[in-house]
Formats: sequence, C-alpha cells, structure tokens
Amino acid sequence: MFDDLRDLYQEVILDHGRKPRNFRRLEAADLNARGDNPMCGDRMELFLDMEGDRIADASFQGRGCAISMASASLMTETVKGKTALEAREMAAKFREMAMTGACPECGGALEEEMERLQVLSGVHEFPSRVKCATLAWHTLNTALDGGKEASSE
Amino acid sequence: MDGTLRPALDVQRIRQDFPILSTKVHGKPLVFLDSGASAQKPRAVIDAMRAMFETSYANVHRGAYHLSEASTAAYEAAREAVARFLNARDAREVVFTSNSTAAINLVAHSYGRGVMKPGQAVVVSEMEHHANFVPWQMLAQSHGIALRIANVTDAGELDMADLEAKLADGKVGLVAVTHMSNVLGTVTPAARIAALAHAHGAKVLFDGSQAAVHRRVDMQALDADFYVFTGHKLYGPTGIGVLWGRLELLDAMPPFLGGGDMISEVTREGFRPAPVPAKFEAGTPPIVEAVGLHAAIDYVSAIGMEAIEAHERALVDHAMTKLSAIEDLTVIGRAQDRGGVFSFALGNAHAHDLSTLLDRVGIAVRAGRHCAEPLHVRIGHDSTCRASFGLYTTHEEVDFLAEALTSARRFFS
Repeated sequence: MFDDLRDLYQEVILDHGRKPRNFRRLEAADLNARGDNPMCGDRMELFLDMEGDRIADASFQGRGCAISMASASLMTETVKGKTALEAREMAAKFREMAMTGACPECGGALEEEMERLQVLSGVHEFPSRVKCATLAWHTLNTALDGGKEASSE
Repeated sequence: MDGTLRPALDVQRIRQDFPILSTKVHGKPLVFLDSGASAQKPRAVIDAMRAMFETSYANVHRGAYHLSEASTAAYEAAREAVARFLNARDAREVVFTSNSTAAINLVAHSYGRGVMKPGQAVVVSEMEHHANFVPWQMLAQSHGIALRIANVTDAGELDMADLEAKLADGKVGLVAVTHMSNVLGTVTPAARIAALAHAHGAKVLFDGSQAAVHRRVDMQALDADFYVFTGHKLYGPTGIGVLWGRLELLDAMPPFLGGGDMISEVTREGFRPAPVPAKFEAGTPPIVEAVGLHAAIDYVSAIGMEAIEAHERALVDHAMTKLSAIEDLTVIGRAQDRGGVFSFALGNAHAHDLSTLLDRVGIAVRAGRHCAEPLHVRIGHDSTCRASFGLYTTHEEVDFLAEALTSARRFFS
C-alpha cells in the first residue's frame, strides 16, 4: 500500500529510527543543547565532547518520529571527528539537501559524509517533514554557538 | 439488519453538497478525517458568502443607506439563528467573536479580571485544549486567581469526584471545561457539571468547539453560564466564533476590547459602553463570516442535529470495532459517552510517520499533541494521530483507515 514511500523511508532510516546510534548521555559534555519541535512533539538533547575545536564525541537522547531520530543518529555518526567549522558546513549543506533534494555544493572535502546523509534527502518532497530532518542540525548549531535551546519552528 | 431501519441521514447525498470531497490527493480520493481541526464547507455556505459579497455587502450598524441596512439585517439575522441553535432565551446573549479562543479570552479578561476577585480560583480539566487552558494561566499570573486542574480518569472521563473536591472550599468563581474533548472524544456530563458548579457558588463555561458540531446543545437545558464554539468546525467559515453568556452576567461584565461599535457615548473624559452584545463587539465584525455561519447552521439544522448525532454514533461504534481489531493499536480514552474523535498510537510508529503514510493514500488525519499538551503528558504519549469525523464521513472511510493502519503497522515493523 505504501511502496512509493520507500524513497522517504529507506531501510537505513527505518533502521536508525528503530535503533538510533550514539543514543546516550555524555555526562561531562562540553556542549549540550536541547532541540524542540513544538508542533509535533519531537524533542532531543545533544551532547558534544570537544577536543579543542574538534568534536571528539557526539551523542543524543530524545523522542520523535523515525525521520528525526534517524537524522540525529546519522548526524552524531558523521560529525564525530569533525571541526566545528566543518560541522557547521555540513549543517548548511544538509539543510539545502533537505529543502531541495539536491546539494550542488556537496562535492569536495565532505563528499563522503554528505553522501551518507543523502538517504534523508527524500524529505524535500514532504514540506511538513523537512523540519523533522533538520531539527538535529539546528540543535548542533545551537550547541556549537554555546546556546541551550533550539527550535525548528 | 432490521429492514425497517432507515439510515439516519443520506451520507452519499450529503457528500454531494461538499465540493472539496470530490478532490483527489496524490491521485487518491480524499478521505478527510480531520474535521475536528476544521470541517469542510457545504456549497450552501460558500454560496451564501459569495452572494453577500456580490449583492449586499457593506459595513454594519453604520450607514443609513440600503446596503448597510441589508448588511446589518443579515448580520443580526445570523445572531438570531445562533440563538435558536443554542436555544438561548435572548439573542442579545450571543456575542460574535473571531473564534472559540477569542471567546474564552474575552471571558478570561472581562469576567476574570473585571468580576472575579484575587483569591478566587478557576477550575479547568486536564483534557482542555490550550484555548481553554492558557487564558486561565494568564489570568492566574496577572490577577492573583488560582488555577486548579481537575483530573481525568484513566478511561478519559472527567473525574467528577475530583472536580467536586476542587470546588469544596467555595473559592472557585468559574469552572471552565470542555463539553467534548478534541483528543479523547469524551463528552462531558455538562448538565451535571453545571449543577455541581452552581451548588458551590461557581459559574460554568463550556468549550463547545467540538460538542456543538456533533449534537444539539441547549443552553437552557444545560443551565450553563457561558458557552463558546467556533464557526469553522461547524461547516462554516473561519474568522467567526460565538460567546453565549447569560444576559445578567454579560451586563455586569466590563468591556474587553475598546473601539467603534462598543460605545454609547465617547467624550474627551471617557466613554459609556453600549449595551450587550455590542459592548463586546468592538470594531468591524466578521460580517460575511456571520452570514456563512448562519448558512452553516441552517444547513445542519435542516439535516437535524439528532440525525447527525445518530449517524456519528453509528460511525463511532463502527470505528471502535475496526480500530480495536488492529494489532498494536491503542485508542486513547474509553469514555462511555464519546463523539467522533479518535486519537490513537500504533506500536512504535510515530504519529508523524503514520500521518505521512496515511496522507499518501489520501487519508487526512492530524498528528501531534492536538493543542492539548498537558493531556498528552497525562496519557503518557508524546504525540498521537487523530481521526475525527464529520457528518459526511462514511463507514467505508473508517474501513479504509483501518486497512491503511494495518498496512502501516507492517511497514514499520
């Protein structure tokens, strides 16, 4: 009945949604921020351990739809080891990808990471779901800015 | 089935009255199960509003010219229609607002700040829509009024014993509760609530946003003090709502918004407010929307609220049977008296993922907290999907929802 939704809900997304990676608290996290999507009740808390300007570890906890959980899970995997600047660049590219389905700028240094995140690009066809995918990245930017509360609204 | 039974109403004929129901979504016939958020509009409403714009539109209560008089007559006829719809004693008890939210805020400001005294309390319930929750929180913060929250039972009904306990000290000035939950479908025992409130010296306001759509509501039988509903859920337009209040209460309340139309006299030194209902209708009102609401009331009245209620009761029974049979599906709330609103959770599938799937096959449901966050905390769900019925909802649509949910369960398992 829902076969044409397999583009949006690829197996990778369903898998990360069911079993999110890095789903734990970092008790002594250098940076952490909460992300909130008040319209639909998605909530997450992101934890970052920094070594200088580099993200040594990233984890999250929260509840939300498969898209938001999978996005947060994939994000924590891909930003680990990146500098803050690289992570912000990935956030900007991801946003572009989620909104338009394409990312002309995604070649170059971060190509491999952006390719992994490509599984979420299907959300661009579902305007009400774009913010589910981008919530984790908004929260990441907020955490890197030293902020505590991010909202996808 | 007993061959002598006739359908309460002819759904297929009614569906012809709603142009939007013949549209397609993603190439599939629209199955609109979000009437609880806002109902679709019959041609009668659309035509009445168009005719008003095209033939008799002008501002009301102003000009001594033909169009303004025609417009005023139409606007006031809408008030009379609402009064009859509610079985109000007097059409002056009907105040037009922009929606239920505005009506409740009007009472919170005017009755709450103008009549109630600091030290008194307001009681709401755990299952209120934010529209009947936040205005009272705002009143509590600004005016020294305590806010008490009556419990909801595990079955999703108002806990009458808890309500009584919260009224016991006699400090409660107003009980403000829903007449039908927009999440649980629970219909509250309004007449009993009113009697209980009155026995403890409190007034009572019912949020009838859902209830007024699904059954006959009678102000005199309920013995209510305030009742609010909104046009757009009753198959009418957005931008118009109703506050019904007892005349003596409205008379005693200070105005809320100031401006044109709500005054009898304005001098440099001050003003004298107009009598009700004008006192509460500052500024140019929703004139065409009132005419649309009038048409909507005529439309449902011609079908008959009893027939609508019977149709929806049959749908609710059918939906309960179908939904209960789906593995891993939890219907939230098991109230004895309920209307056509079902919130549910399906295993580990998130409400938003579910609604995206359902949308793909043409089914429109709402997902989230349905403007009732405290209730979602109470029931222990971050968010739910909600299917809500209208007079045009068919048994086949309920069957299709059940089939799609069964398929969605497999998709996410």
